[in-house]
Amino acid sequence: MMAQGTYKPPNMVQVTLKINGKEYSGMVEPRTLLVHFIRDDLNLTGTHIGCDTGHCGACTIMYNGTAQKSCMILAIQAQGANILTVEGLADGEKLHPIQEAFWENHGLQCGYCTPGMLIAGLFLLQRNPDPTEDEIRRGIEGNLCRCTGYVNIVKSIKAAAKKMQEAKAPKAQDKSEEQGAKAPLPEQKA
Amino acid sequence: MNETIDLLKTKEEPKVLAGGQSLLALMKLRLAAPKNIIDITNLEGLSYIREDKDHLAIGALTIHDLVENSQVIREKFTLLSDAASKIGDQQIRNRGTIGGSACHADPAADLPTALLAADAHFVVEGSSGKREILPKDMFVDVFTTSIEHDEVLTQIKIPYFLPKSGSGYIKHSRREGDFAITSCGVVIAMDTTNNVCKDVRIALGSVASTPIRFKNAEEYLKGKTMDEKTIVEASQREAEGADPPSDMHGSREYRLEMIKVFTKRSVKLAMSRVK
Repeated sequence: MMAQGTYKPPNMVQVTLKINGKEYSGMVEPRTLLVHFIRDDLNLTGTHIGCDTGHCGACTIMYNGTAQKSCMILAIQAQGANILTVEGLADGEKLHPIQEAFWENHGLQCGYCTPGMLIAGLFLLQRNPDPTEDEIRRGIEGNLCRCTGYVNIVKSIKAAAKKMQEAKAPKAQDKSEEQGAKAPLPEQKA
Repeated sequence: MNETIDLLKTKEEPKVLAGGQSLLALMKLRLAAPKNIIDITNLEGLSYIREDKDHLAIGALTIHDLVENSQVIREKFTLLSDAASKIGDQQIRNRGTIGGSACHADPAADLPTALLAADAHFVVEGSSGKREILPKDMFVDVFTTSIEHDEVLTQIKIPYFLPKSGSGYIKHSRREGDFAITSCGVVIAMDTTNNVCKDVRIALGSVASTPIRFKNAEEYLKGKTMDEKTIVEASQREAEGADPPSDMHGSREYRLEMIKVFTKRSVKLAMSRVK
């Protein structure tokens, strides 16, 4: 505990990273969580904070190609990271297939968990383009929906799988797929 | 790595962060307040799963997701992929590391218990050089290992199991992704011609201050024909001498019962995988 009157301002550290294809830079305290940097400093408030303890998954982002919880990463660790947040899913006015699927299947009620559900769902579909219901439920086990709207969330991800498979064959890649293409399938290094 | 060891020696109250899926949670709860954090998450060359001559070598920074899905681990060290698959959730498994989990040494965590059953050796590097910690010496107390303050875990070595071995890990928890109330990892080697147990290791999680091998059931089972009665008797014996804690997740008495149940189930699971 620091004695009274000896307050020392924190050392600020510069962090530069890429979010949704755009480069951002800012000064942070070493203790700042990545999610606070994204929301409060960069004003990308699509990524939510539901618990701050690593349980709820509302802060899930695509971090260097895999779904991770941005409240479980320090901002200074994200130096040079390549991140996709919910804001980067749509292509201008055109929603990403997984967003369309949530829209069409009533996959959200209050919408609070949705940004995390979308990214967790997307990660699942990149790895497993045609998941069973059990696989979907396991894929989003790290995301809590307090409206308990899981039935329609599962339905939405199932519908998104279909949309994305149909879109895959002829269409060129959009920018979210470009990032997603980096999602590593598990393989061991020799 | 040298820089890490230097920092560990020179910085005040340092703590290594390797993934951070436990350490950051503890810091938020103010259960840990290290003055200096040394983040090794991005150190190169410490994420690998490699079949060496006498053992499987796993780099300390290998994430749980890779352990869960590795072909060689699934085939030959199945209890480790069982355990990795039960950790937290997909997002945690995409960031948390096997070395981080081992050093964190939570008695209710999945990998430490499975690693103990797998007879894993822990390679650490420090200012006085490289050394190997034996499985029985690794876990000292809750959140405490025998790794010295100026040492870093770099590799986990798992000796190949005997021929005709099978392994399994089962975790008992109220919800998916929770910490275990009781968990059990088993590696068993069989003589398949007469269904006799040649060798067996049984480790339990969340029933003591560390993952633990009581060895009661192990000693009873060696050389026995593995029929239902023998397995039940072994499971009863495993709980003898155990003194599990009572907490909000389960009472002492409940855990004693669960030791029996999950020893039995895990032994059967491991046997079903003998090949």
